[in-house]
This record gives sequence, structure tokens and C-alpha cells, in this order.
Amino acid sequence: MTIDSDSLDDETSGRGSALLRFAAPQAFFPLAGRMLAWFGALAAAFAAAGLYVSFFVAPTDAQQGESYRIIFIHVAAAWMSMFLYVVMAGWAALGLVLSTRLSGMMASAIAPTGAMFTFIALWSGALWGKPTWGAWWVWDARLTSELILLFLYFGFIALTSAIDDPRRADRAGAVLAIVGVINVPIIYFSVKWWNTLHQGASVSLTQAPSMAATMLTGMLLMALAAWMYSFAAALWRVRSIILERERDADWVRGLRGVQ
Amino acid sequence: MNNGVLGGLRSVITRDLRLSMRRRGDMLNHLVFFVIVVTLFPLGVGAEPNLLRAMAPGILWVAALLAAMLSLQRLFASDHADGTLEQMLISAHPLGVIVVGKMAAHWIGSGLPLTLLAPVLGLQFDLPQQALATLVLSLGIGTPVLSLIGSVGAALTLGVRGGGVLLALLVLPLFVPVLIFGAGAVAQAMGGLSAAPHLSLLGAFLAISCVVAPWATCTALRVAYD
Repeated sequence: MTIDSDSLDDETSGRGSALLRFAAPQAFFPLAGRMLAWFGALAAAFAAAGLYVSFFVAPTDAQQGESYRIIFIHVAAAWMSMFLYVVMAGWAALGLVLSTRLSGMMASAIAPTGAMFTFIALWSGALWGKPTWGAWWVWDARLTSELILLFLYFGFIALTSAIDDPRRADRAGAVLAIVGVINVPIIYFSVKWWNTLHQGASVSLTQAPSMAATMLTGMLLMALAAWMYSFAAALWRVRSIILERERDADWVRGLRGVQ
Repeated sequence: MNNGVLGGLRSVITRDLRLSMRRRGDMLNHLVFFVIVVTLFPLGVGAEPNLLRAMAPGILWVAALLAAMLSLQRLFASDHADGTLEQMLISAHPLGVIVVGKMAAHWIGSGLPLTLLAPVLGLQFDLPQQALATLVLSLGIGTPVLSLIGSVGAALTLGVRGGGVLLALLVLPLFVPVLIFGAGAVAQAMGGLSAAPHLSLLGAFLAISCVVAPWATCTALRVAYD
């Protein structure tokens, strides 16, 4: 999207400095606006295709009946909940190390979307658990650690919003996000480490998936929709944060519709 | 003035311990809180001995967690209020040494008394002998983790409005693995099984937090004074 750590290393090269330009909120603001439209449109397209495949094309599961279709939302949300936390911690760490203003803003912009996906993963999991396991909630390792992830998101949001100085808020939030990132591998591997009620992974990079091809297509389309939505939502939010924090800067005053 | 890293460490620990001995009420209040919380459970869930015995590891661990959390606020707050902490930040000793010293003193003042008091309360719940030993052992390994992780939260919420509740919101989720394996170890011992796997995992958490927590606390303190 904007910069990665590689491009920072060769700051002197043309490519690096061109990309680095977007580390300034002023340059990133219009770029984010342009990307926002694309990601929003892609999210809508993938969601429409994904929902069509999930509900009309994918076959009924032999064991779980129609209720399995919740996984099309559940799996995408659960993936995003963990992934967004890592991305958030990554941005936060970048901001802590390099003291770039935009990194902290990105971390704060990602947090609410991550918390929302965590909540959706938990809630859709409960709706799936009732017909399949016969219980809304069990104190299974993966469920518990996902719940802790939600608390970690809440803690990050609470801490950054409790500190008035945005620079201090970003850096304090960064320390918390980095400490909390230890939880993510625990969630991811919990199904393997503790052999509990939550079923193991059906999709992996190294083995052929243990599910029908159309099911997999639906799931991947929904995951792509969740990715695109996350990009769009984070960019939307970061634009608001940029405007709020830079409200006294000349370039913001010069924007149309800001006066 | 003591020289060297160990000298600095020793002087921070003795200073903090001396301060907490001068304010003995503070330390005792947390122990009394621990005892009262543990006492509330039999009154709330009923005096059925089998039920209480099954719940005892969880109750004792949750109460220890809450007591440790309450005592975290005084870790940096009074030094922050009178400016001592600022002097510590600019002193010749590395900040990491000072922070580790304060963590150690905090554990000696809160975690250690809880660990020593817990078996007496365990007797109230009719815990068997081997479970009592495991309880002491698990608290002995687990409460330093609480002091280590908790000091990160205490440093992050230093001088922040609504600090007390915020501190709980930040550190309690991070305490969860300690609670699970600490209480799990005692439950295993009660069931006649080996508590070693749970204790090893607790030890692993202690090792990880020894690496991460001092760094995170130092960074958080520098952020607070930036």
C-alpha cells in the first residue's frame, strides 16, 4: 500500500524515496481516497460473488446440513481478526521504531475493524455451535483465545482513546499491541496444541483442502471480500484521523469542503 | 551510592522494600483483600465440600490475580507523583535495571506473601496435601509473571485518566494464560495426575515475560515522559 520495511532501507534509491513520500499524511490523504474507492468496489464485488457461491452453488454438507454455511462468514472473519491484529501491531511497531506519524494513525484505524471481525467470528461461531455442538459457547481453547483477542482490541482502543496527546497515545498503544501479539500464534495453533471441540483446519497451504471445490471457492471469495473491506474501512478511518490530527495544517485548511 | 548493575539493582530493591515496609497498611490491605475475596465464594456458591474442592484452584488463582492487579497501581504512581521516577529515568543506571528492581520488589511485596498465605486458605477448601504443595509452587512461578506483565500495564497507564479501570482492562486479558495453567496445575494435582506439564508452561511464560516485560515497561515509561 504505502511503504514496506525494504523500501525504507534503500531510502536513497529512486523507488524508495518515491514510496516514502506517502509516509507523510499530506501525500497519503489523496492516495488513500483513490484507493478507498477501488477497495470498496472490489469488496462489494467479491462479497456478491462469494455470497452467491456460498448460498446457491455450494452443496449441502453431508454431516452438518445447511447450518455449515455460516462458515463462509465465520472463517473469513476469524482469519481477518488474527491477521488484522498482526498488521496493526506491525504498523504500531513501525511507528515506534521510526517515529512516523502515519504508522500510528494506521494502527488506530485498523483496530476497530479488527475488533468487529473478532466479534463477528465469535458471534457467527456461537450461531454455528448451537445446532452443531448443541451449545452457544464452550470454554474451548480456540474460543477462549479468540475472546481474549477481542479484549486485546478493546484494551488497545481504550488505551489510545484515554490518552489525549496523539503521539503518546500511538506509542503507548504500540507497546501494548506488540505485547499482545503473542496471543495470535496461540489462537492459530490452539486447535493443534489442545485437541478440543473446535474442529481442525480444513484449508492449509501445504495440503489439499478437505472440502468440496465450490465450498473452498465460496470461502476464498468471502475471505477476499473481507480483505478488501478491511483495506477500505481502514483507509476511510485513517483519512478521518489524518483530518482530525492535522486540522491546523495549511494543506487541510486548503482542502475543499473543510472550511 | 552503589556502583555497577548489581549494585543499582540491589539499591532499587532495598529502597522499594523499605518504602513498602514504612507503609505496611498498603501491603496488608492487598492480603486482606485476597482473603476476603476467597471467603466470598463459599458464601456465594454454598458450602457443598465437593463443589468447593473442585472450585478451589480457580477461586484462589482468580483472587490472587485480582489482588496482584490492585497492588500494581502503587508500582510507579507514587514515584511518578513526587518526581522520583523522572530522576530514575535520567540517572546513570540503565533504566532496565531500575525497572527490573522495581518489579522484583513488587513481587516480594505482593506475590510472595500471597503465595505463602494461599495454602492456609486452601485448607479452608479442604484441598489435599499434594494439591497444596502444587498450589504454592504454581503461585511461586506464576505471581512473578503477574508482576512482570502488570508493570507494563502500570507504566502504560501512568498519569492517564481513568488509570485504575484501564489498567485492569489492559492486563487481565494478558494474565489469562497464567490463570489457566496455574489453576490447571492445581487441578491436575488434585486429580492425582502430574502437574509438571502445566508448571513447565507456566515457567515458559515466566521466561517469555522476563524477556519482553522489562523492555516493554522501559519503552512505556519513556513514552510517558516524552
